[in-house]
Amino acid sequence: MSDYVLLFFGTVLVNNFVLVKFLGLCPFMGVSNKVETAVGMSFATTFVLTLTAALSYIVNTYLLMPLDLIYLQTLSFILVIAVVVQFTEMVMHKTSPTLYRLLGIFLPLITTNCAILGLALLNITENHDFVESIIYGFSAGIGFSLVLVLFSSIRERLASSDVPLPFKGASIAMITAGLMSLAFMGFTGLIK
Amino acid sequence: MLINIAIAIFTLGILGAIFGAILGYSSLRFKVKSDPIVEELDAILPQTQCGQCGYPGCKPYAQAIANGEDINKCPPGGDAVMRQLAERMGIEPKNLEGEEKPKLIAFIREDQCIGCTKCIQACPVDAIIGATRQMHTVITDECTGCALCVDPCPTDCIDMVPVVLTTQNWQWDLNLIPTKNSTER
Repeated sequence: MSDYVLLFFGTVLVNNFVLVKFLGLCPFMGVSNKVETAVGMSFATTFVLTLTAALSYIVNTYLLMPLDLIYLQTLSFILVIAVVVQFTEMVMHKTSPTLYRLLGIFLPLITTNCAILGLALLNITENHDFVESIIYGFSAGIGFSLVLVLFSSIRERLASSDVPLPFKGASIAMITAGLMSLAFMGFTGLIK
Repeated sequence: MLINIAIAIFTLGILGAIFGAILGYSSLRFKVKSDPIVEELDAILPQTQCGQCGYPGCKPYAQAIANGEDINKCPPGGDAVMRQLAERMGIEPKNLEGEEKPKLIAFIREDQCIGCTKCIQACPVDAIIGATRQMHTVITDECTGCALCVDPCPTDCIDMVPVVLTTQNWQWDLNLIPTKNSTER
């Protein structure tokens, strides 16, 4: 049990997908202009990450390994991700049209979010079992959400603050992201 | 060797077929009902959400047109929008309801404005700027003349004034004048 808790906090804080592994930077920069959208994107991505972790584990263990088709991993994981994203999009269109409209193009773009393919492949290289895979996927999603919401809150404040002209817009966002990444390095000593 | 490739293709094919079936089922299960013509009509309407047609916004009016409502109830859109709507619906263009009024825009008498922001909240096109306890003013280019800001004003300091044609706001439409060069090309 404590292994799972360690894995969870380790992934959220120490090996954060965005700020330490530098995966999923596209939505991190793209959807962080408003907290509302960031929260929506976080939910969608966490959902997709968790579901993908489970499905890709099943596909890998019960289909690719027995048939000796390990070299098809990337291809079949992309297939899994595309299906999960499409499914999420349909459900979201039905249940929350406002969120669907807010997220717009970024929802289908979760498909190409490298955090998700990265998660599926990392699950295999780190030899996670089924439960560990799901926890890893979920905690990667929580880590992504945490960072995205924090970052979008900072950017909302930055929008109204007096930023020197050369730093306006994307450049101050990059600097902020870099400082956040530095701050998250402070968690390295937390869990060995 | 060949059999391996066959197995790989077969496996991926099966996987794709299963996922396709899941998606196919869920697209039926989570179908969102939306009338495509409503979306198109809504795209034609000017999106001022002013409510002068008697509906709470442009989307409801588009919905009503799709159900057979008259197409001539949109003053901000004017004659041009009405003709587009007529073409899309395949019906005869009608005259706009009521006589064509001169274009009005809101004007805030600034010495009487107390800065209550009520007109800002009422404006459907965000054409009024100002802050709490600060004087408000109208961005004339953005104002559609819907008069929704007049009623909420507690000091009645908003007037609807007709726009006087000047050289500043005259639509020159230089590109539309068929000069020799443009017709030859």
